[in-house]
Amino acid sequence: MSRFIVRRVLSIIPTLLVIVTLSFFLIRLAPGGPFSREKKLPPEIMANIMHKYHMDEPMLSQYFRYVGDVLQFDLGPSFRYKDHSVNDLIGTAFPVSIMLGTMALALAVLLGTSVGIVSALKQNKWQDYAAMSVAVLGISIPLFVIGPILMLVFALKLKWLPTSGWISSRAGWMTVILPAITLMMPYFAYIARMSRGSIIEVLRSDYVRTARAKGLKESVVIRKHVLKGAMLPVVSYLGPAFSGIITGSVVVEQIFVVPGIGRIFVQSALNRDYTVIMGEVIVYSIILIVANFVVDILYGLLDPRISYN
Amino acid sequence: MKRVLSGLLFIVLAATLIVSCGGTGGASKGVEFIMGNGAEPQTLDPSKIQGVPEHHIYMALFEGLVGYDPKTSLATPGLAESWTVNPAGDQITFKLRKANWSDGTKITAQTVVDSWIRTLDPATASEYAYMVTMVIKGSNEFNTGKAGKESVAIRAVDDSTFQCDLLGPMPYAVDMMAHYAFAVLPMHVINAKGDDWIKKENFVSNGPFKLLEWKPQESLIVVKNDKYWNSKNVALTKITFLPIDDNLTAYNKYKAGEMDWDSGVPLDLIDEVKLRPDYQVSPQVATYYYIFNMTRKPFTDVRVRKALAMALDMQELVDKVTKGGQLATSSMVPTMAGYTPAKGVTFNVEEARKLLAEAGFPGGKGFPKVPVIYNTSSGHKKIAEWVQENWKKNLGIEVTLANQEWTTFLDTRSNAHDFFIARAGWVGDYLDPNTFLDMFIIGSGNNDGLYANTEYDALVKKAATMKPGAERMAVLQQAEALLITKDQAVIPFYHYVSQDMIDLTKWQGWYPNPLGAHEWKTIAPKK
Repeated sequence: MSRFIVRRVLSIIPTLLVIVTLSFFLIRLAPGGPFSREKKLPPEIMANIMHKYHMDEPMLSQYFRYVGDVLQFDLGPSFRYKDHSVNDLIGTAFPVSIMLGTMALALAVLLGTSVGIVSALKQNKWQDYAAMSVAVLGISIPLFVIGPILMLVFALKLKWLPTSGWISSRAGWMTVILPAITLMMPYFAYIARMSRGSIIEVLRSDYVRTARAKGLKESVVIRKHVLKGAMLPVVSYLGPAFSGIITGSVVVEQIFVVPGIGRIFVQSALNRDYTVIMGEVIVYSIILIVANFVVDILYGLLDPRISYN
Repeated sequence: MKRVLSGLLFIVLAATLIVSCGGTGGASKGVEFIMGNGAEPQTLDPSKIQGVPEHHIYMALFEGLVGYDPKTSLATPGLAESWTVNPAGDQITFKLRKANWSDGTKITAQTVVDSWIRTLDPATASEYAYMVTMVIKGSNEFNTGKAGKESVAIRAVDDSTFQCDLLGPMPYAVDMMAHYAFAVLPMHVINAKGDDWIKKENFVSNGPFKLLEWKPQESLIVVKNDKYWNSKNVALTKITFLPIDDNLTAYNKYKAGEMDWDSGVPLDLIDEVKLRPDYQVSPQVATYYYIFNMTRKPFTDVRVRKALAMALDMQELVDKVTKGGQLATSSMVPTMAGYTPAKGVTFNVEEARKLLAEAGFPGGKGFPKVPVIYNTSSGHKKIAEWVQENWKKNLGIEVTLANQEWTTFLDTRSNAHDFFIARAGWVGDYLDPNTFLDMFIIGSGNNDGLYANTEYDALVKKAATMKPGAERMAVLQQAEALLITKDQAVIPFYHYVSQDMIDLTKWQGWYPNPLGAHEWKTIAPKK
């Protein structure tokens, strides 16, 4: 097990290096640059700017300079947001996205599994049909539709919640509710369907039949045998779900003006803010790699059939 | 399971209750104002800013030698209480008032000299330094590294007298100096802290407000600066700038009463928006137009360019497509004090067909299917579709539409000049026709359609050195007539309007003005 962990941790470094290298050159292939303007700058002023940001140097030396800085955990200055370093920007925005993502995922797991359990136990009854209809809606309606609808109903019509903003605004923590619910929807739906399917499958398995044959109470059978076995797919889904919910909060952050990394990512791509794009790519890559890694370990702990040796 | 669930529910409810109590508690004193400010500000450093959101914040934090008149956008006394221009019109002497930075440090004429030098210094890499180089003698030489800072013709005559020499008699120079490119900077902090002067703990300002807090992508808050020379006349005590890119989100926030001023409206909802009494619309010094690539056939033929322009009824465009109160036009330059814009062609389908036939495309036959490019936006798309439909209906020619993401679009249009017809918009930097005309001279970085007419260039350059007055305006009008009436290098569509949401029954001192420059010190709650 420990050898597996060391091996996986070490493999992160070359993976990141490949990602950094590819992204560094790919983003520079996009037309325009961080200083493209409607009102074009006089060439001399452009030269001053290019010099300041070392963009007048050959591409390879820019690359090595960048990799050197990254190795010292310095992601460089933002070309667009000139008063902030990329470390600052991501450092402020990352906790926001993590917080929003964690809340959305916790809600999704809590509601999703509850709905899944009810559906599975009441299979083919009205509760099941109702729950699964909601789940289908959650999967099929895109976030950019759900978000504005929730905003329209709960903020503009009922005036229960603020339209947008984040915790430091006047409305405080109330601002979190709509984005968290919106972001949760597809994950909630997926978890509900997944846990329903997997519980139904486990209910029919031999070891559950054995448990019942032993005369155990139904509630004990469900709690101790069915749920533990049925949660395995849900747990393995949590890794991709967590990285997906953090990296996929772009739309929700945009709609509800949440100051997270998703919003910065979109802006940086449109602005060709090279250093910010690179910083975000690195952060997103680390999230994906770490999430998958944690799931691999959890999987081993939950399923005795999996061995790392 | 049930117990666990009900426990969780209880915790969630309790947390909500605690939080909602905390959120509404503590009524604050003073007059707070919340503004939807578009994009996240790129920087607070006046030497480096370049956008409208940054301009709004600059106006709260800083004050240059002159400010903007809230109704006319012309220069009003700021840090300078008065100024005189010499008889030749090429030297301005400013008399500074007694003023301090928010940390109490005195502002002198030398501070102004050092500030402008910093903006011009090539090492600062200021994008808007070019505004200074357009008027101040010797500044271009310093900014381009051809001479030292001593070449810049600005000086502190004494502590309260600042003087600058212009490149010639430039009537618009003083008005231009309200722009942030001419900002006065806290040099004592910049010299001590370098680039870190902009950090909250070091930040000092000389405007009606000072920085309280800046959370990137979330909010920027300024509070009243008691050290400001005119602070007793400033009514607002706190302004919160919210960076909201999306017009619809901002509009919803405004409608829900969470914002006092929303700069920009969702164009898709214009029918609803324009019926509201708090929708403020006013003419802007800005023009929406299409550029022809003058080097590509068939647009090398002026008859083709004229035919395409004549086949479009701009009044119909603003009435039925854009609908926001835009002003249909055939001129490149908007109307300004003392200037009557040259008139371009008018809507005339008969004449347009005739010209097209003369150019070798009777009934549109044989006309190549060229693309019209525009940057991705539903507004530009609607306009392009209207153009496409009208050219087909009126001239029988077909064009294709191609949208491109903004930076790609700029690269295609302005760097590669790889287009036939492209959408463009131009916002004047100051109130003079020159800001719309000098971009079309040969070699100008903004002459995207590669228009080349030496006669035009001579007129624009001649006007640049003429004294203010009707004669100079007549020369500029001649130049515009060449560009529009004779050569039809571009097709002007309309002059933009600024579109804001602010309830003027609640707020006073906010006026629509040509440059959209709103002085914060005049805004106050209505009594």
